[in-house]
Amino acid sequence: MYDPNTIPKKHLLSLQLDLKKFEPATEEEKRQTDQMRESTTFFRDGMRKLVKNPLAMASIVVLVLIIVTIFVAPLIVPYGYQDMITVDGKRDKTATNLAPFTYSELEQKAIESGESIFPHIFGTDELGRDYFIRTIYGTRVSLAVGLFASIIVLIIGLLYGSISGYTGGKTDIIMMRIVDIIYSLPDMLMVILLSVVLDAVLKNALTGTALAKIGTNMISLFIVFGLLYWVGMARLVRGQILTIKNNEYILAAKAIGAKPGRIIRKHVLPNCMSVIIISTALQIPSAIFTESFLSFVGLGVQAPMPSLGSLANAARGGLGSYPYKMIFPALMICLIVLAFNLLGDGLRDAFDPRLRR
Amino acid sequence: MGELLLQVKNLHTSFFTDAGEVRAVNGISFNLERGKVLGIVGESGSGKSVTAYSVLRILSEPGEITDGQILFKGEDIVKLGSKQMRTVRGGKISIIFQDPMTSLNPTFTIGNQLEEAIRLHTNRTKKEARDRAVEMLTLVGVNEPEKRIAQYPHELSGGMRQRVMIAMALACEPDILIADEPTTALDVTIQAQILELMQDLQKKLGMAIILITHDLGVIAGMCDEIIVMYAGSVCERGTADEIFYNPCHEYTKGLIRSIPSVVGKKDRLVPIAGSPIDLLNLPKGCAFASRCDKAMKICLDEKPEEIWINSLHIASCWMNVKEVYDEAAKEGGPKDE
Amino acid sequence: MWKYVLKRLLLAALTVFIIITITFFAMNAIPGGPFASEKAPSPDVKAVLEERYNLNKPLGEQYLLYLNDLLHGDFGVSLKTGRDISTTISDSFGISAKLGLMAVGVALVFGLIFGCIAALTRNKWPDRAIIFFTTLFVSVPSFVLATLLLLIFCLQLKWFSVWSTTSQNYFLPVLSLALYPMSYITRLTKTSMLDVMGQDYIRTAQAKGVSHFLVIAKHALRNALIPVITYVGPMTAYILTGSMVVETVFTIGGLGTKFVSSIANRDYTMIMATTIFLAVLMVLATLISDLLYKAVDPRIKFE
Repeated sequence: MYDPNTIPKKHLLSLQLDLKKFEPATEEEKRQTDQMRESTTFFRDGMRKLVKNPLAMASIVVLVLIIVTIFVAPLIVPYGYQDMITVDGKRDKTATNLAPFTYSELEQKAIESGESIFPHIFGTDELGRDYFIRTIYGTRVSLAVGLFASIIVLIIGLLYGSISGYTGGKTDIIMMRIVDIIYSLPDMLMVILLSVVLDAVLKNALTGTALAKIGTNMISLFIVFGLLYWVGMARLVRGQILTIKNNEYILAAKAIGAKPGRIIRKHVLPNCMSVIIISTALQIPSAIFTESFLSFVGLGVQAPMPSLGSLANAARGGLGSYPYKMIFPALMICLIVLAFNLLGDGLRDAFDPRLRR
Repeated sequence: MGELLLQVKNLHTSFFTDAGEVRAVNGISFNLERGKVLGIVGESGSGKSVTAYSVLRILSEPGEITDGQILFKGEDIVKLGSKQMRTVRGGKISIIFQDPMTSLNPTFTIGNQLEEAIRLHTNRTKKEARDRAVEMLTLVGVNEPEKRIAQYPHELSGGMRQRVMIAMALACEPDILIADEPTTALDVTIQAQILELMQDLQKKLGMAIILITHDLGVIAGMCDEIIVMYAGSVCERGTADEIFYNPCHEYTKGLIRSIPSVVGKKDRLVPIAGSPIDLLNLPKGCAFASRCDKAMKICLDEKPEEIWINSLHIASCWMNVKEVYDEAAKEGGPKDE
Repeated sequence: MWKYVLKRLLLAALTVFIIITITFFAMNAIPGGPFASEKAPSPDVKAVLEERYNLNKPLGEQYLLYLNDLLHGDFGVSLKTGRDISTTISDSFGISAKLGLMAVGVALVFGLIFGCIAALTRNKWPDRAIIFFTTLFVSVPSFVLATLLLLIFCLQLKWFSVWSTTSQNYFLPVLSLALYPMSYITRLTKTSMLDVMGQDYIRTAQAKGVSHFLVIAKHALRNALIPVITYVGPMTAYILTGSMVVETVFTIGGLGTKFVSSIANRDYTMIMATTIFLAVLMVLATLISDLLYKAVDPRIKFE
């Protein structure tokens, strides 16, 4: 089969080989050639990938900046979100719809006579309220709504999904049937419906309470989120649990007698964590959108408390004359949503086990 | 000597990933004659599948052939244009893959996929193609072929799907059939059936076969020549008898030692120490050296050359060179200058 | 297979039933009933209402009568105008339907095309450009987008005329409505295509000698489409709610505008009826997408 003339055997003996090299190699020498890649945990590997992602990192920076601003700004800016501009204690009727960084006539006179008036960074709205601070508070509300709604979804979905997935059997089937039915209900319509109803029902019941500030519409939003929006998360969690449930280390844990709750906590959840976090990060912009849509149809946060959606919506009327009133809140919404989307994408690229190459 | 169908000369294939250049194949050469069965053995990551994909040029995205020639009937197919390459694929050289479940398109019927292969390389009409498909299914032993034609892959069992894959690969009477781990995903009893089928078909149709596997048992019965691969290079090559009864490369010896034996003494299993090599950082010497308990200093420094053991056996191991030197020393003669 | 279709139909019917029930009882939870608005309806309207809605009967009976009416296509009467709601719906829904269907078409066609392009030119400039734009459009609320488009292209640049019953220019409204779902479908298609292209059966097709074009257009696309089809249901929901915004911004007199104004006016009967109508449409769309999905993916044909 093989032709000895094609393989250089006969030249072997003429190779200038150092006979000493035919001594056995030591363990030390062998180890040096064997460069192993350092082992990393899933978490560290993912974090490294995430850090290398410029868009995701930028998003984190932007979000941090926004969060810092919304806490710091009210301390610096002397205006309240519902304060109508006053000069010398009297309401300044000329201070409406001021362009950014301009002053009203009365304010200018006051400045000339020595008073220092904090500039209106974003101008003022039609009722003479400082627009910058309103935008800041609007951001607060929108972010809070987004966050709170997402937390509701997370908690309910997580509990429901893990119980259903882990218990399995008939309970699982029934629980998932319920999920199917809820999933097919049109959420937005339900939110609208509930808002309209609650608004009428609770109209006077809330005055004086803290909840009155945000209004019944927001309460409706949270209720509907709690009733309907968690199903996606529940399905996701259940899917993860089913994948992991039959893995051997679960059987091992069971074999040594660990209780189901403990098994869920220590083994199952850490593996689902990445998928859950990604889903939550993407839930926040969705909630913010829902809120801004509701503001658009007039079912937003209770005035005078602003939300980014209600500010943008209110600005629609005078769009030709005062475009900035729409631009600032709209830009803020886009910035926040974009940041969360990019962050969510980055998290998914870094941590989603299904996408590993 | 039969007609020389395939000559692979010093093939190098790498994957250019984000983490660096993964050198999957590092200088492999072999020949294949008509009607012969060549077996390629190695563990996962040894480069056996990548070699097959390189021959057919179906490497996935960051993979590229970086050096070498692949001569099919004298013509270097590495240099072929895409249109011509497509006539080679499936028409002259076919391949069947490891997992028949995922290798068949779930949204098309068996018949559709078979007929597609047939009509790509022959001038048959739709009806003729269908008849040929039924003919092929019968040939590979699929029962009720008329019924199967209209079925979807998920409706067939694993063994049957692999038969369909074989039918699809042989429908256009290729010169070479490459079988990449054809039985790994199947039950043991089905494995034997499929291997028997392949041998049968070879006798009937006369094509050459390249059989790729990590299972030494599968290779033993069928192959005229066996190549043992590690880290993208050939460790040893020869007939089955030579490889099994007279292994010369330490890696091959390790492989054979690690097969649990059902008969005979119940010794402890002897695995090969260490873990597979990192193809991103190949050492300058023999790739297996760090795991080899007979490693010498020269093994760490220089890659061993291929050494002719006998007319049926070649190995690439410095130990064999040492043996030659030791013999020469015993006979008292100094080395020639 | 028919068992599956039946199951889906029953689920859809159940969902509609639940929606109607929720809507009805929610509306009647309002103190004083849905008819006690701030401004009491005029005596004529009130008389019509009392007759149509059987307000003197007990709630349970009202409910059953309401169901019966719905089944006969009687959606009741508007609180504010006294007009028959089903007429209002049929008058205004035509435009909304046209708008919605065009948006769905645009979103699907361009979404699929761009998604495939992005998947096939991965990490090169077309992909990057597509990623940029889709990420952007997915982050802008619909009313902002619609308003900006109106402002720039309609009012300032005057490229398009403002909507009126005589001059019905669909371009900008359809664009505002379609951009979000189109971007979503693009991303979905891209991920799906990338996933499919990495599958073994694609390699088999290549190994058979199938041309590059056919590998994508025939072998890959069919499989990649499957997740996109499941999106049709949620997309319809988006289009229906989105049309409320777009119609209002562009002053198109469709069902969306009517719905929005009925909310502002607290025209409860109108809200109720329109909610049910829209909900039924959504359930229908989900049903269609479910059935389509099973038709395309043979693995699930036999459940």
